[in-house]
Amino acid sequence: MNITLNGESRVIAATTLTDALTEAGYGDAVVATAVNGNFVPQGLRAGLTLSNGDAIEVLAPMQGG
Amino acid sequence: MRNFYGTALDNPLMLGTAQYPSPAILAEAFRRSGAAVATVSLRRESGQDRAGQDFWALIRDLGVHVLPNTAGCHSVKEAVTTAHMAREVFGTKWIKLEVIGEEDTLQPDVFGLVEAARILTEDGFQVFPYTTEDLVVADRLLHAGCEVLMPWGAPIGSGLGLNNLFGLRAMRAHFPDVPLVIDAGLGLPSQATQAMELGYDAVLLNTAVAKAGDPAAMAEAFALALRAGRLACDADPMEPRDMAAPSTPVLGKAFLS
Repeated sequence: MNITLNGESRVIAATTLTDALTEAGYGDAVVATAVNGNFVPQGLRAGLTLSNGDAIEVLAPMQGG
Repeated sequence: MRNFYGTALDNPLMLGTAQYPSPAILAEAFRRSGAAVATVSLRRESGQDRAGQDFWALIRDLGVHVLPNTAGCHSVKEAVTTAHMAREVFGTKWIKLEVIGEEDTLQPDVFGLVEAARILTEDGFQVFPYTTEDLVVADRLLHAGCEVLMPWGAPIGSGLGLNNLFGLRAMRAHFPDVPLVIDAGLGLPSQATQAMELGYDAVLLNTAVAKAGDPAAMAEAFALALRAGRLACDADPMEPRDMAAPSTPVLGKAFLS
């Protein structure tokens, strides 16, 4: 299906958020996720079935002031 | 030292982690200043580069309290969602809440700030709101559940110092029991001293250190300046007066004319 991951369009085979993260190379990285602007806690990622056109945000610790 | 949501800090410097020339210089700035709090953020992570993972390892090694921010958020929903994501990633209830309302000054949208603060405190967050020195807004933030206030000294990254001494002094006087942190706008250690002389409990800064020619030395300079300001405040400064008053005793002066 077609999704948007951190602002970039891509085609993925995965159907859940957990599998999509693995497919995109995040593996065991410490990240937080949101789908279509809504926070998805780590414990709910496996149960979240993605739909065509979903927008996923994957955020990680970064420098800040 | 006042407590921040039950946490006593042994150093009143909250130091940002952005814009340093290198991770090593960042770490050295924290070491030389003894800063007790590091502010951090959340940004998009690449599945290939994973730059955030290395940064997070560096911060954890510093052994400081982590204060995630919602920098760059312009709406309540954006800030609240970012706060939830930060709580999961950083494992802390602390959140430096920014809801930006104006592009040129990066002035807080105080209406959105109060609303976001209420939502987050009801959800168990311990909110450090980046606000103006407006007393009405401050009161609303406290009623929304905030136990700390962080008024700006001047616009973020400007280095202008304390732009509104009257307002900042009034805030200290109005809320004597609330931990107050000057957040943003400081450029020089002397300005941080001034904040502490006013009775503020801590300062939060980033650019003044990170963009200095020698960030680690500047971080130490700020730490010393904060110590001087705290000591001066505790020493009960004299009241200024308009007219001169001789400091040398007049009594016993020789009559030589």
